[in-house]
Amino acid sequence: MVPSVTEISAPAPIGVRRRPPLSDVLRWVFGAMLLFGLGYWLIGEAINEPSRFAQVTVIGFSNGMIYALVALGYTLVYGIIELINFAHGDNFMLGTFQAESIFADGSFQIPLLFITISIPLGAAVTVDSSSWEKAYAIGMAIILASLFCMVINVTIERIGYKPLRNQPRLAALITAIGFSFILQGIGLAWKGEARIPVPQIIPNTPLIEIDGVVYYTVRDLMVLLITIPVLVMLTWLVSATKPGKAMRATAQDRDAAAMMGISVDRTISFTFALGGAIAGAGGVIYALYIGTTYFQLGFRLGLIAFTAAVLGGIGNLTGAVLGGILIGLISAYNDGFGDARWTYTVIFVILILILVFRPSGLLGERVPEGQ
Amino acid sequence: MTEAAGKGRSWASGVLADWERWLPLALLAVALTYPFWYDLPPISYLTVDALALGLDVVILMIVYVLLALGLNIVVGYAGLLDLGYVAFFALGAYAVGWFASDKFSGTEFHLLTNAPEGAAGIHLNMWAVMILAGVITAIAGVIIGWPTLRLRGDYLAIVTLGFGEIIPDVFRNADQLPVPGGLQVSPPFVDFTTINLTNGVRGVRALDRPGFGDPLDSITAGILPERFTGLELKPWYFTIVAMVVITVFVIRRLERSKMGRAWIAVREDEVAASAMGVPLMRTKLWAYGIGAIFGGIVGAYYGSFIGSVFPTSFSFAISILVLVMVVVGGMGNIYGVMLGALVLEYLNFKGLEKIGDGINNTIDLVGIDQTVEIPKYKPLIFGALLVIMMLLRPEGLIPSARRKAELHEADEEGPETTYGDLYDIRREGV
Repeated sequence: MVPSVTEISAPAPIGVRRRPPLSDVLRWVFGAMLLFGLGYWLIGEAINEPSRFAQVTVIGFSNGMIYALVALGYTLVYGIIELINFAHGDNFMLGTFQAESIFADGSFQIPLLFITISIPLGAAVTVDSSSWEKAYAIGMAIILASLFCMVINVTIERIGYKPLRNQPRLAALITAIGFSFILQGIGLAWKGEARIPVPQIIPNTPLIEIDGVVYYTVRDLMVLLITIPVLVMLTWLVSATKPGKAMRATAQDRDAAAMMGISVDRTISFTFALGGAIAGAGGVIYALYIGTTYFQLGFRLGLIAFTAAVLGGIGNLTGAVLGGILIGLISAYNDGFGDARWTYTVIFVILILILVFRPSGLLGERVPEGQ
Repeated sequence: MTEAAGKGRSWASGVLADWERWLPLALLAVALTYPFWYDLPPISYLTVDALALGLDVVILMIVYVLLALGLNIVVGYAGLLDLGYVAFFALGAYAVGWFASDKFSGTEFHLLTNAPEGAAGIHLNMWAVMILAGVITAIAGVIIGWPTLRLRGDYLAIVTLGFGEIIPDVFRNADQLPVPGGLQVSPPFVDFTTINLTNGVRGVRALDRPGFGDPLDSITAGILPERFTGLELKPWYFTIVAMVVITVFVIRRLERSKMGRAWIAVREDEVAASAMGVPLMRTKLWAYGIGAIFGGIVGAYYGSFIGSVFPTSFSFAISILVLVMVVVGGMGNIYGVMLGALVLEYLNFKGLEKIGDGINNTIDLVGIDQTVEIPKYKPLIFGALLVIMMLLRPEGLIPSARRKAELHEADEEGPETTYGDLYDIRREGV
């Protein structure tokens, strides 16, 4: 076999300090100015209205946790097969729908386009239900919604992405967009096009309250209490278990992993299962925290989460969490102190700026460019 | 006798094999005469009553033909997945709003226009506005493409997707667009004021319509009207057919030009093309820019035809619809793309509604009291179409030979390359 020419890199000349090219300097100056402006604005707001600033920060942090969970799904899949799984956001949306059916109907539902199979689990829960009932419902929701999204994700991978693994990238990408629309259609057929409310079973009771200003509620705590175990479990899975090791190996070099006896197909499916499970859990948390959902939720939220994944460094799990929280904070600050109408625009401008100026993200080593 | 039959068959197969020569002419003949026979009684039962193929529907179908042809340059030839094509379409339509309506009623500027004397706002000649729209979108395309075309395919997809998402948002919010109004001493040093650029959700209404001016109108006795109207659709129809003819001509020339061959080289193997001396950035930028120009010109025509522009009419769904047209028709093949656009826009605009009505009527006859809203499931149908096409026939209905070979390359290479080429430079990230 002939080794690729580009694998042989020229030895770095010793003692020659190259001056950074002008474009790099401009890039850093621009980045520094941007960060300075942002910091200036935020510190100014923090001094002017400290209590509101704290409130907005808490909201942004909780939202950011949810973004982080969705971003993890993108990053996991991208890390292993370098595919942007456009359907992931919509899978998350189906997770919120499943949470809604478990809380409102007390049943696990399987949507089959025009008919829906309901499997009763117990009574529906409301705010007045006892804590045991609530705990049971939340536990069931997390387990079943995760399972549900896991099955969807793996099915998509098996039907759609696996046969296209050797095709030009465009093919798998277009398929991913197709699946995104299919999942939206399933959501539409399942629950209709109106916004659907989710029973508010976690009350918005304040935990920290100073002078009548609410800083921290039970609901914010709930997001932390569910997200952190999920993240810990995920980290443990990826870093300490056999399948996790196989995942890392496959991500690094698929062919070498195959030669070492790792079943690449199974590992990729496992990754999709993991991504789906996190999407399901994230869906439950979103349903509990935000309280409404609708069938087009996944598209925009998916884009925001993808931005978060890119911001943190795609393929990097810690980066996805960091990026999610940062995006949550930025959008909350813009909602709170800027103009909420421009929040999406701000987020997409961030996405474009990162891709242009620092494509590897904050923590990533992987450069998404072709060179 | 057998000889004669053989001759006949070879003649027939010769004619069939020669389709690329005569089919365009035949189609053009059908297209040019369509307004004159589609509403005559025997045919009108099919065209008007059964299929609802009125001239207005056909014009919108051809608008999408042009959009699909434009996107085909970007996706089909250069292999750059653009998910924000609607942005250029919207920009073109808004260009009409800015330069040929009473949007800026504060200023009055007329140039060779058929707008009423003394009408407020900027009124340029509509043909000039169409070209101007092309120029504006080309500039926008270069501004967006220049930083992003360096990125690999899927990142380009996401950036263009983001761009396609923010453009309608920007148009919706730009009734209060913050612009730097001046400098100030205290931070943040810039004093912002807001301007109204797009009227927000209210949209820009009463856009100008194209026309041929007074002298031509009187010389040709109204065949080339001074100003197109909403009642007489034939001038609109022939204008867009002419636009298609010009576009097809231009694209066919481009396809065979040095630039066109460079696009295909870049699509098939970026590294090899680069090694052969094809300037990657410039080639991609040209593809992106030319695609944008088509989008802009069609957008201007569409805005003028509809008569008003709203931010809500340019959703992400349009980008995907046009992409589905290109994929289903056959990436890189003009006729495939045109067929895909005609069929899918018909389904999108009228067909699904008609099919849904048909199904509901049948259900009613059987006695089931339930209705199925087929048009509601457009995303599902188009999504499924994308997936099915990609899995079963990635080269599209009418494939381009080169594209087909490329997409089936992996099938012929045998089982040893199950996990992609071991020495695929792009994947190794060297």
